[in-house]
Amino acid sequence: MGEQSLRGYLAVWASLLGLTAMTVTMASLDLGTVAIVVVLAIAATKTTLVLLYFMHLRQEKRVVIKILIPLVIALLAVFIGLTYTDVLYRGGG
Amino acid sequence: MSGEEKGGRVDADRGRIGMWLFLSTEALLFGGLFLLYAVYRWRYSAPFHEASLELSRAFGTLNTAILITSSLAVALSVRELREGRLAGAKRFLAATIALGACFLAVKAIEWGVKFEHGLYPGAKVLSSRGPGQTLYFGLYFTMTGLHAVHVIVGMSVFGWILALMARGGVDADRPIKLENAGLFWHLVDIVWIFLFPLFYLIT
Repeated sequence: MGEQSLRGYLAVWASLLGLTAMTVTMASLDLGTVAIVVVLAIAATKTTLVLLYFMHLRQEKRVVIKILIPLVIALLAVFIGLTYTDVLYRGGG
Repeated sequence: MSGEEKGGRVDADRGRIGMWLFLSTEALLFGGLFLLYAVYRWRYSAPFHEASLELSRAFGTLNTAILITSSLAVALSVRELREGRLAGAKRFLAATIALGACFLAVKAIEWGVKFEHGLYPGAKVLSSRGPGQTLYFGLYFTMTGLHAVHVIVGMSVFGWILALMARGGVDADRPIKLENAGLFWHLVDIVWIFLFPLFYLIT
């Protein structure tokens, strides 16, 4: 398995810290509902960086692992998304 | 490639696949809690707003930086080990454990302040604020508590691996234990990446 360079790791770390600073700034701007979307999008971006570089998914050769991750994400999206919409549109709340 | 070498690689692959399967169950465990949070935030949006203002953004941001840096440290430890530099791997792993301890220390201070203010499940002050805020702090303590347990487990496993490194049980030829423990630690980092905005940033 090819190893990443030290500089590569440091760049990912700096990006993660930069995104953290960005998300804290965004949240303090009082953007309402937009803030929730932006803040979650930044969290998803940070997660992608951690998965690809720190957890070495970019160099992963086993297809089983590569398939597993989108599968888990899809499963979470279905059970969180569908349950949430169900609660949202149920009469009387 | 000799048969033995190939066998070793296949074993390492299996170990890694097993770890990813375990991490998937962890994602579902926390996913269930995130769902609870989403539903109650919608149902009690005003009390959740009030309650989230009680949390310290400075502490939350500090702990995010600490945990991200600890993830870097363990990634570098794995890199050192794979490239045959055992001393470097040990140093970075010790740094990871120390950063985990810093994270827990900040968490302990935060929790301490909440307890002082009577903002814990079952407290009279919290009960008087109604069901919305009670749910918020219930979820806050459950989710950050479960996360903190994961941090403690991760640190313990790293401590065990440090001991194995000293005895020659983990080295460049057998890095799988450190690699898998590292994967676990990164997942704990990812969980925090979501806990932080949900509890500290969205108000």
